[in-house]
Amino acid sequence: MAGNDALLVVQDIVVRFSGIVALDGVTFEVEAGKIVGLIGPNGAGKTTLFNCLSCLYRPVNGAITFAGRSLLGLPRYRIAEMGICRTFQNLALFSTMSVLENVMLGVHSRTRTGFLSQALRLPQARREESFIHDQAMQAISFLSLEHLAGHPAAGLPYGTLKRIEIARALAGAPKLLLLDEPAGGLNHEEVTELVGLLREIRDRLKVTVLLVEHHMNLVMQVSDRVVVLDFGRKIAEGPPAQVQRNAEVIRAYLGR
Amino acid sequence: MRLGLLLVAGVGYLLPAALSSYQTFEFTQVFIYAVALLGLNILIGYNGQFSLGHGAFYAIGAYTTAIMTTRWDIPYGWAIIAAGALSLVVGFLFGLPALRFEGLYLALATFALALATPQVLKYFDTWTGGSQGIVLDKPSVPLGLPISADQYLYYLSLTVLVILLLLAHNLLRGRAGRAITAIRDNPIAAEAMGVNAALYKSLTFGVSAMYTGIAGALGALAVAFVAPDTFSAFLSINFLVGSVVGGVASISGAIFGGAFIEFVPTYAQEISRAAPWAIFGLTLIIFMYVMPTGVAGLIRRVAAALARSMASEQPAPDSQTAAAEAAEGNRGSARAVLGKPD
Ligand SMILES: Nc1ncnc2c1ncn2[C@@H]1O[C@H](COP(=O)(O)OP(=O)(O)O)[C@@H](O)[C@H]1O
Ligand SMILES: [Mg+2]
Repeated sequence: MAGNDALLVVQDIVVRFSGIVALDGVTFEVEAGKIVGLIGPNGAGKTTLFNCLSCLYRPVNGAITFAGRSLLGLPRYRIAEMGICRTFQNLALFSTMSVLENVMLGVHSRTRTGFLSQALRLPQARREESFIHDQAMQAISFLSLEHLAGHPAAGLPYGTLKRIEIARALAGAPKLLLLDEPAGGLNHEEVTELVGLLREIRDRLKVTVLLVEHHMNLVMQVSDRVVVLDFGRKIAEGPPAQVQRNAEVIRAYLGR
Repeated sequence: MRLGLLLVAGVGYLLPAALSSYQTFEFTQVFIYAVALLGLNILIGYNGQFSLGHGAFYAIGAYTTAIMTTRWDIPYGWAIIAAGALSLVVGFLFGLPALRFEGLYLALATFALALATPQVLKYFDTWTGGSQGIVLDKPSVPLGLPISADQYLYYLSLTVLVILLLLAHNLLRGRAGRAITAIRDNPIAAEAMGVNAALYKSLTFGVSAMYTGIAGALGALAVAFVAPDTFSAFLSINFLVGSVVGGVASISGAIFGGAFIEFVPTYAQEISRAAPWAIFGLTLIIFMYVMPTGVAGLIRRVAAALARSMASEQPAPDSQTAAAEAAEGNRGSARAVLGKPD
């Protein structure tokens, strides 16, 4: 791992969409055990970067290394088992399933049994099924969602759905958790809870977090380091207090 | 589900005593169609993939059995297993390129398969007997049981149905089943959870084809005859209608759908010769608009309402049951599954 403790290394990433350059040579690192904030005005390329990490988009240039291995060219379904789990900015829950079933899918990447042993309910299928159930319930109680476990995911309040997505991602026992605007649509009280939750994820679960967020207060409170994007370029990087005073960052935010 | 399965098996095993030999044959057909529809429901209802061509897999199962039992003198039990295995493989292989197709395009690709089936069967006439078809021997009753050959076929089909119902139930409620449904609900999120969607979709296509192929094998034995024109595109459309009427995203719906495609055309025929297709078409439209969860969904809803009214002395229904009720329309709805904008 080249002698440094970076869990994730993003190097010179370029992503183009017919005409626009969504990411233009972005380089940064995420150290293990930290919360790194990724901020920038709307359209800066934050979600696009997440989608590169999920192998949804393939950058035309650059390298992404996670725990010493390249992510580029991997099929999408391999990312979770490598240890990267995520939430989605615009929610991507399984709407016909219960909260518990949604979170159980988070454990999919850590389990193996296939069609035949499931259909025949072989002993290993039963064992795995109860493992999946236990792991999912742990993630559910970590997010204090126990009372909703059997509830259909569809029709719950927005803030709750955001928490279900976090539970589902944590059920995958990730090394790196990607959160895309977890505070979007939350009220003041819920944002305060989220601050505590993020710290617990880092300190108690020992999960590294890459946090995309618009809520400046939240990012500045919890992040160990902040990376700022604007028009697909990194314009600043450093401790929250320093980034907050950065002239270019202030211009990027006030300039629109 | 366990209870429902016991009920089907219990009533099913006792029923022949009360049936004429023609009725016994009709119910045998219901079970066979139910097996075929079970395959279709797994594919369409749970996985969100579309097929207008499952008649082709029914034909593969039927012809495998006909050729193996008459040409090669292989016992019908092995022929049924071989029919399932071959359909599984063909379905899986068809499912691989079909991954490129979504929604309407998959419907067209599978429909092309359905249209080609009779022609292909006629073309390979050294194997299939061309338009003359193949006459099979009805399986003889084993162990000197005191039942007729038709009753034996009835019990055989019912037993296969019960076993395949149980396997489908197990498959769908576990890890694999959740992944199959997750792909339908949100393919991107499913992949982010580690589901190999391409493999799962192909495998689901294979399993679905296997069910319908096994049904075809039983169908060939029950009718004791196969001919190309039995496997026209109308058979595939029949399956689709039965699937929607019974309830696409349900296991029990396959039985209601099977009963529908066996009995409704027969009784409609008494009204006029053209009536069955008119009635099929109308029913499909009505179900899509009014009862998208099919008969199975209707029964679930009535049962939920009954349970609630029986518990009405107790405190008002909590939000959980109310929401479960609200989600019922979503879960297993033909419209949600088929009408997804792609
Ligand atoms: N799939 C896509 N096709 C075309 N343009 C896209 C696509 N995804 C993102 N973009 C564009 O890339 C830019 C960055 O978008 P995004 O990463 O969503 O920004 P952010 O998450 O920082 O708000 C925007 O201009 C957006 O319109
Ligand atoms: Mg975004």
